[in-house]
Amino acid sequence: MGCPIIEFVDVHKSFRNQKVLDGLNLRIPRSKTTVIIGRSGGGKSVTLKHMIGLMRPDLGQILVDGEDIAALDGEDLDRIRRRFGMLFQEGALFDSLTVADNVGFPLVEHTALGREEIRRRVSELLRTVGLPGVEEKMPAELSGGMRKRVGLARALILEPEIVLFDEPTSGLDPIMADAIDRLIRDTQAESGRTYVVISHDIRATFEIAHHIAMLYEGRIIAEGSPDEIRRNPNPILAQFLRGTADGPIQVQ
Amino acid sequence: MTALLELFGRLVVGWIEEVGRTSLFLADTVRSAARSLPRLRLVFQQMEFVGVRSVSVVVLTGTFTGMVLALQSYYGFRKFGAESLVGTTVALSMARELGPVLTSLMVTARAGSAIAAELGTMRVTEQIDALTVMAVDPIRYLVVPRILAGLLMVPVLCVISDFVGVAGGYFVGVKLLGINSGVYVANTIKYVELMDVFNGLVKAACFGLILTAIGCYKGFYASGGAHGVGRATTEAVVLASVLILISDYFLTAIMY
Repeated sequence: MGCPIIEFVDVHKSFRNQKVLDGLNLRIPRSKTTVIIGRSGGGKSVTLKHMIGLMRPDLGQILVDGEDIAALDGEDLDRIRRRFGMLFQEGALFDSLTVADNVGFPLVEHTALGREEIRRRVSELLRTVGLPGVEEKMPAELSGGMRKRVGLARALILEPEIVLFDEPTSGLDPIMADAIDRLIRDTQAESGRTYVVISHDIRATFEIAHHIAMLYEGRIIAEGSPDEIRRNPNPILAQFLRGTADGPIQVQ
Repeated sequence: MTALLELFGRLVVGWIEEVGRTSLFLADTVRSAARSLPRLRLVFQQMEFVGVRSVSVVVLTGTFTGMVLALQSYYGFRKFGAESLVGTTVALSMARELGPVLTSLMVTARAGSAIAAELGTMRVTEQIDALTVMAVDPIRYLVVPRILAGLLMVPVLCVISDFVGVAGGYFVGVKLLGINSGVYVANTIKYVELMDVFNGLVKAACFGLILTAIGCYKGFYASGGAHGVGRATTEAVVLASVLILISDYFLTAIMY
């Protein structure tokens, strides 16, 4: 795999009495799209939130380029966070700001660029995600798919090395979902950034992933390239890929 | 019996946890504000929201409070011929007590609830997480400007409330009940000292801090979707109102 950009070493996390991550070991390869698959409520979001320091592990290390972010705080953690962009499940746009102010927000906060230059970059990125001319709209006026694309533009505007995606296509119609998948694939191919996507959409996973990891009961039970995953005999993985209720995974 | 003890224990532990979390939240806020002041634009926006837009409601409540005070004290004082002290009573009550307390309660209802609802919504829709992820400290961006606005604007509103209260009292006392205008004004000026007004403003600043801090705290830690935001809003208004009234007693006891 080469030197991973993010590495989880024996990470444990519990909420109240429920164990969500149970000795998770995971390596995210550099400059590729990694998709973490698994059941809803199986700890995928929790894993993603650990990568960017929104949550802290009870035990274990999370290394970003060899630096343990679980041990960092305040300014040091913010320094690491500036290398990341994140697309939230519902977009998490600031609903008191216009689309342009949302997308330009990181530029206003972290750069000394002038108003004109920010406007220009925002418009350019909005064109890239297929939403020209929506600058002055408020987030409430946008559809779910548009909100996600604006969220993607905001996540990309600082040109981060690593972009995290929390269920990028959940709740979208199949056509919009495919459009988002293409956007993820194209922007990754063009920029060569590290993308980490969590998803339970099997079709989309095979379309965008270079590397797939299956999270089950707080651990990675299988990982590899899409071909390796298809050939993997693990019965839990096989059932998940088939998408049936019969098999070793119990539906409660 | 053990069940009762258990319930009591859980309540106490929960209460201590809450006090601890609030203290940590306030400590975070102070640290954040001390490290670097927030953008002035954000502070002004909140001053407009907490302060300027509360003026009409504060003017209304202040005026009628002053008016009813004049009316009530007139009926009381008339029994022993002390009508001339109506002006003093109105002005002292407004400056020391009713100005700060009523103003803060109205601002709690108007702005404290809105702060809790707004931050709560931002929490459950991951907007606060989005700020954190973008390396923007949400305490500095959202909480500090609101608390500063409360601290600065509630005293200003209190001055307005004091003023319209005294004016309302004058109108009822002199124009409707026929107390001599000269006596009314002279007694007001004679017995009300600047310290009375000033102490009232200190109270107002404390209450402004309480109501914005509680609103921010409840909203910031809201969870559980729309229902959770509703609960946070209610809790913020109730808790802030109760704390304002309790701290009012202790502040008064210390000051006078």
